[in-house]
Amino acid sequence: MTTSQHDSHRPPQPTRRSRRDRKAPDGAREVPMVEKPEFTSYYGRPVVKAPPWGDEIAAYLFLGGVAGGSSLLSAGAQLTGKPTLQRNARLTAFGAAALGTAALVHDLGRPERFLYMLRTFKVTSPMSVGSWVLSSYSAGAGVTAAAEVDRLTGQRLPLGPLRRLLNALEAPAEAQTALLAAPLSSYTGALLSATAVPTWNAARDQLPFVFVSSAAMAASGAALVTTPVNQTQPARVLSAAAAVGELVSMKVMKKKMHPAEAEPLETGVPGTMLKWAERLTAAGAAGAVLLGGRRTTAAASGLLMLGASALTRLGVLRAGIASAQDPRHTVEPQKARLEERRARGVVDDSITTAG
Amino acid sequence: MTSLTEDTRRSAEAYGESAASRKSFFTDTSICIGCKACEVACKEWNRNPQDGSLEVLGSSYDNTGGLGANTWRHVAFVEQNSQRIEEARESGRKLVNLGMPGVGPPQSSGPAADGAKSSTAPPDTAEFRWLMSSDVCKHCTHAGCLDVCPTGALFRTEYGTVKVQEDICNGCGTCVAGCPFGVIERRDEGIIRAKVDRAQSKYAQEIPNEGTANKCTFCYDRLVDGQTPACAQTCPTTSIKFGDHEDMVDQARRRVAELREQGMTEARLYGANPNDGVGGTGSVFLLLDEPEVYGLPPDPRVATKDLPRMYKRTALAAVGMIAAVGASFALGGRR
Repeated sequence: MTTSQHDSHRPPQPTRRSRRDRKAPDGAREVPMVEKPEFTSYYGRPVVKAPPWGDEIAAYLFLGGVAGGSSLLSAGAQLTGKPTLQRNARLTAFGAAALGTAALVHDLGRPERFLYMLRTFKVTSPMSVGSWVLSSYSAGAGVTAAAEVDRLTGQRLPLGPLRRLLNALEAPAEAQTALLAAPLSSYTGALLSATAVPTWNAARDQLPFVFVSSAAMAASGAALVTTPVNQTQPARVLSAAAAVGELVSMKVMKKKMHPAEAEPLETGVPGTMLKWAERLTAAGAAGAVLLGGRRTTAAASGLLMLGASALTRLGVLRAGIASAQDPRHTVEPQKARLEERRARGVVDDSITTAG
Repeated sequence: MTSLTEDTRRSAEAYGESAASRKSFFTDTSICIGCKACEVACKEWNRNPQDGSLEVLGSSYDNTGGLGANTWRHVAFVEQNSQRIEEARESGRKLVNLGMPGVGPPQSSGPAADGAKSSTAPPDTAEFRWLMSSDVCKHCTHAGCLDVCPTGALFRTEYGTVKVQEDICNGCGTCVAGCPFGVIERRDEGIIRAKVDRAQSKYAQEIPNEGTANKCTFCYDRLVDGQTPACAQTCPTTSIKFGDHEDMVDQARRRVAELREQGMTEARLYGANPNDGVGGTGSVFLLLDEPEVYGLPPDPRVATKDLPRMYKRTALAAVGMIAAVGASFALGGRR
């Protein structure tokens, strides 16, 4: 992580400031979007704690999206008879799911206990639900990928009698991945939102939409990179839809938040990442639609979209962590909603009472 | 069910005959003297490793910083002038009295309650005051950490408290984000510095349960033995009181009424309302200013309360994604 609790003490960096920003009166690097902050805190220390999630989690969010989107592309390719797209999407899906799982395990405090994730099923825990979705999905993706590898190598995998089992399992496994692909791409929205981290929690209504759009975009990007242009027509259409979904849902998401909750998405390193994610999204999707008919330009557009998706995930993850580190992002919106409820006449649900 | 939080009644029923009454703390900050005996007792009893680097933090007498993986009681120090005192008094006047049953003439429920009148009257400090408050895990009725824990490592004990099973926790860190009070934390390298250096061998210490989430256990090991938690046991002014939840809330209500009668309208309760965002806390506080002054959230809300809606939005997004892919193949599928 490059964000830290000391970020606010860094000297101003005038060369990097864009024209839009005004200089803060106290010399702080970031200009608050709200007026003079009307809040007190305990020596500026955080009220809520940021989870100990490093960039591995952002990598997982990205790779899980690539996997989910690719499985849907694979299912579509099967139905419309595009064998190369299907093969590449299946291999991408399994590779991404495997890498993503490795990233998740690596980020655990006790990686050797990763199987404890499947010790129980708790519907109150999106992490538990997601662990089951991811593991069931990966099992299916593993079977379809194995079938493809077997076919690619001319049935040279030393499977023996297991080959018949593999062939028999291929269709059900495909159905399994297709069924779990969309939940795999969207549950991460609930995972981040079901927390006390101000920016993620405030994003709860739109974050799943941002994430499925990002997943669809990354998967179509991967398809454009890996697959010849005669089979990528659907991926090109999907990239346009995903880009629109991504840009619109992100806008709506920020708009629905309290300014102090939206601020981490627009300032600092996460803000820059998300700004670039937006630019790459637009450029990649435009490239895919307009220039996707040629292999090189299609692949370049695909790479842009993969980069956009990765930046979106990293930006959202780090913005949340930044929002937890400054008490203003916690205290101001909470005071505002308390006041708002009081103004509406709801007075019985405050944690602070006179008796 | 409108929310997806843990069903505390079912949790209690699961214990059958071994279920005990819900235990709670009542921390009366008006009589806290900031001696930090609770911090020390907690650290000693639970054998928690060192936190931070033994440096002065420049925040009055508080050099602990806050609650964390290795600090389960934290004494806050706030220095205030007469203007701030007046503001606190003003904000306290606006608060709502819930008028809950149980507020009435003092019942003789213990020596602490009996001796309250004479020995616990706060000194008159019109020009300047020091706020001191011993913070601890809230052991919420709707505990965010417990709800989002994927392994079941966090559980509701037979005393209605929330505890981590350190041999189950795999350190995923979801609970850290799930806690609306910023209490629970993962014990890892970034937080504590294991003393491995030769020159520092004097402080060399073993780090138990590294990589797992840690927080106040409500001294579960003492409770099962019928004892008082270490912090409450050691508190010299009875600022930290321990007992059955109803008794604690009752005592808190009587104490705040008493203080407000004396003109201390800044006195208020924190966590005594079962209708708040976390269903009331198992650690009730009597505060003398707004909660954020002490580093407490002014309107905490357990995120899992909104989980059904989040799942609905998640499902909707998933359907949207399938539809988008379907449409893409319909539009671009055939050449």
